[in-house]
Amino acid sequence: MKAYLTRRYMFSASHRLHNDAMTAEENRATYGKCNNPYGHGHNYALEVTVSGPVDERTGMVCNLVDLDAVVQHEILERFDQQNLNTLPDFTASVPTTENLCIVIYDILQRGFHCAHLEKVRFEETMMNAFEYSGGGQLCK
Amino acid sequence: MVYLTRKAEFSASHYYHNPEFSAEENQRIFGKCNNPNGHGHNYTLEVTVKGEVNPRSGFVVDLKQLKDILNREVLEAMDHRFLNKEVPEFFTRIPTTENLAIAIWQRLAPKLKAAQLHRVRLYETPDLFVDFYGEA
Repeated sequence: MKAYLTRRYMFSASHRLHNDAMTAEENRATYGKCNNPYGHGHNYALEVTVSGPVDERTGMVCNLVDLDAVVQHEILERFDQQNLNTLPDFTASVPTTENLCIVIYDILQRGFHCAHLEKVRFEETMMNAFEYSGGGQLCK
Repeated sequence: MVYLTRKAEFSASHYYHNPEFSAEENQRIFGKCNNPNGHGHNYTLEVTVKGEVNPRSGFVVDLKQLKDILNREVLEAMDHRFLNKEVPEFFTRIPTTENLAIAIWQRLAPKLKAAQLHRVRLYETPDLFVDFYGEA
């Protein structure tokens, strides 16, 4: 039987929303306080949902140890306590949480093969959340 | 179609062990969860039902009836129990969160009359949950 397993992780990072292709006025109008040149930070909550048949021998969709290891190595060690604008993932795109969803989804899609990656969900604050299930591409 | 979710909490203990595996395999696959004395969780259960709104009552389902079914079928059977030893489904199946969500679905689905069961979401901890939609 098919089940969906979701694991929640936390990391903290800073970012600044700014697009070089826009004028200073446009950047301010588009991004508001998020355009502050010195950046600001969030405690991001990341939820990773994977799916698959429940293995009759283990009772599991996948072993959590495997998922945790990939997220720890590929995501948390790279993104936690970092300035997102300085990371290679965002040299050509603005580190909005929309784009962060796409970056993280693509990393997990390449690195995690024990179950089907269903969805990535981010809470940037307690007031907003973003979800991505693949099929798109990183936007400026 | 409107979806309605009812939440409940129960506490239970369990351990993971497959008698077909060697002791080493059990330890390697299940890690600390293989401790035969068990360990416990505060589970949070979210049951989502769906249906059309009844034009006379304005309800998808009578919440009191849903709560009674949840109490009878799930909480009385599982709350403050050692799942491996006291809940029949887990005499032969491993009480992982996946299997628990499936067992809860199988207990609830035949008892719900007015509304249709849509999803069982079971939190084992605040950072781990399983969704089951009755898919084969």
